[in-house]
Amino acid sequence: MTNANTEEHRKILREHFGITTSQGQFTVALAGNPNVGKSTVFNALTGLHQHTGNWPGKTVDNAQGNFTYLDRSFLMVDLPGTYSILAHTVEEQVARDFICFGKPDATLVVLDATCLERNLNLALQVMEITPKIIVCVNLMDEAEKKNIKIDISALQKELGVPVIATAARNGKGLDDLRQGLYEMSTGSCIAVPRQIKYSPEVENAIQQLMPNISRLIGPNLNPRWVALRLLDGDQTFIKSITHYLDLNLHLTGLQEVAV
Amino acid sequence: MNATIKPMITLEEICTEAENFRLSNPNIGDKIVSDIYANAEAIARPAITKKISEKRSWDHRLDDILTSRLFGYPIMLLLLSAIFWITITGANIPSEMIANTLFAFQDQLLTWFEMTGAPDWLTGVLVLGMYRGLAWVVAVMLPPMAIFFPLFTLLEDLGYLPRVAFNLDNMFKRCHACGKQILTMCMGFGCNAAGVISCRIIDSPRERLIAILTNNFVPCNGRFPTLIAIATIFVGGMFISELQTAVAAVVITCLVMLGILVTFAVSWALSHTILQGEASSLVLELPPYRKPQLGPIFYRSLIDRTIFVLKRAVIMAAPAGAITWILANTYIGEISIIGHLAAWLQPLGYAIGLDGFILLAFILGLPANEIVVPILLMSYLSTGQMMDFDSLEELRNILISHNWTWLTAICTMLFCLLHWPCTTTLLSAYKETGSKKWTFLTFMIPTAIAFIVCFLVAQSTRLLNLV
Repeated sequence: MTNANTEEHRKILREHFGITTSQGQFTVALAGNPNVGKSTVFNALTGLHQHTGNWPGKTVDNAQGNFTYLDRSFLMVDLPGTYSILAHTVEEQVARDFICFGKPDATLVVLDATCLERNLNLALQVMEITPKIIVCVNLMDEAEKKNIKIDISALQKELGVPVIATAARNGKGLDDLRQGLYEMSTGSCIAVPRQIKYSPEVENAIQQLMPNISRLIGPNLNPRWVALRLLDGDQTFIKSITHYLDLNLHLTGLQEVAV
Repeated sequence: MNATIKPMITLEEICTEAENFRLSNPNIGDKIVSDIYANAEAIARPAITKKISEKRSWDHRLDDILTSRLFGYPIMLLLLSAIFWITITGANIPSEMIANTLFAFQDQLLTWFEMTGAPDWLTGVLVLGMYRGLAWVVAVMLPPMAIFFPLFTLLEDLGYLPRVAFNLDNMFKRCHACGKQILTMCMGFGCNAAGVISCRIIDSPRERLIAILTNNFVPCNGRFPTLIAIATIFVGGMFISELQTAVAAVVITCLVMLGILVTFAVSWALSHTILQGEASSLVLELPPYRKPQLGPIFYRSLIDRTIFVLKRAVIMAAPAGAITWILANTYIGEISIIGHLAAWLQPLGYAIGLDGFILLAFILGLPANEIVVPILLMSYLSTGQMMDFDSLEELRNILISHNWTWLTAICTMLFCLLHWPCTTTLLSAYKETGSKKWTFLTFMIPTAIAFIVCFLVAQSTRLLNLV
């Protein structure tokens, strides 16, 4: 199932994120830590077809650009560079809300090959929200200079999502990226992202919260991830979830019959 | 009835349930973050091979020491004292040279004014007021700044400051404040107004307010010269000359520590009273240690910081010098205006270990803390004997002849450290908070603390007959 054609999805993008897509156009979110060459990837893929603005109601830059691959049009949304999406900053909140509620057809997470371990934190967090994720290990050329070797296929196996090596400055790996985004967006590639294993006390709390969360939010969001955010006491998330899902904190009228 | 009616669960109920988990396990947020990191490490390790990892492990080993529980704080203290020691030692000689040159020029100016037949009041306002104020500010402020700022920028460039934030994050969290507050405090060492503006990096409005309200407890560059001068001539002066600067450096370090302690205490008090809330966790990147680039360090610290702060001080010092001279030389009855004001402030000043003149100097120094000492000297000198203050030794004599004791010195330093912020800082606080109430508190909290602390110190010392 892809989002690209549903009118409802386009409406959400337009009204909540100020993003206008044309009919049948895929939306791709671009995430990554600061200084990993995210903008280089963005520029390399979209060329001159860009425009910049602000996220609605936020003083955070928002750049969009489009490109066409195999006769399908893609709108790429450059999210602010963040180390995590645990929403400690407005930037992280913007990135999280778009990946979570904007439901892009694919999310491309750019990682720095020279400090992969730290960068993986962001990828793992995105993988908790959506299975439609592609990991791009950028700056492979710099890693090579520093004698760092990365086993891409092993990483792909570990993560359970497509992993593509690039050196965007030299234009290496860009075709693979386009191909990967195409397959992820059209649904011809289905990833099963590895989920983070938490300590027993966290897992225990998640298990207890999850049934109620599933009942409340339905299939829209990963209940496990929602449970984690609530355990984290993330007030901005509660605000966002209420806002986007039109849930009311004081919604008490509805009742369901249990046997 | 067999079927039970179970109400549809609400988000609020789930939130309450989650809240209960958090209450029973307050570290669950940290646990989640550290689990994410552990997972990332477990995944990355088998996929990465490094051939030469020596350089990296050197980095890591250094981090292990600099941010360790055992050595983290002592190293921070040691570095801080070392910076102050180098600053005080290095500033002494150029300070004296600049002072000699500038005050020699003052005599030259006086003779020129006499030659042109200018009226006494004009000579007074321009030379004895304006020029002398300026000369003092330049002579006393420039050398320490020109040494302190490059040293501080060097630490910044080496990548040490993020480690300081890392070390202190836990302390701030205990006070329910943000670890980034230490970075705004570091900025405050340069200038509290800049420190207040830098509080923007803190995202939680509650934590940002705490940082703004407490920034003033870090002594800014305008107050350092005052602290250094008094510490050197008074506290250091009680020891043999070889030890003087070292003792002064220790005193300054202790004062800075006290300021930081007060910051913690006030942050804690605020977040348990009018600014209640939990601390948000902080993701902090420890950047790799870099080889410092000396050119940019000197440019940034000397042009961007030293000259900037000096310019501001000079702009404030010139009119303040003129006004003080006028106040000190306009007589109502037998006594000058400044004498009247000081006499009126004397009981309050005495109660907190100062005197009327010192308190008046702090009040007149509201536009810029740099000019407190020049104002004080000018008002002391206008009360009778005329003295030139060519050196710190002269300054010591002036102060002692005005009944300074070590208690006066201690209380002046404490008051200088804790008292109200300058108008520029208050204006920045108003712009950043957009509220008169918070600006008022930015003024009131330090003022109240300064009076209370100095009062307690002065009274208890006198009760114990130590002075």
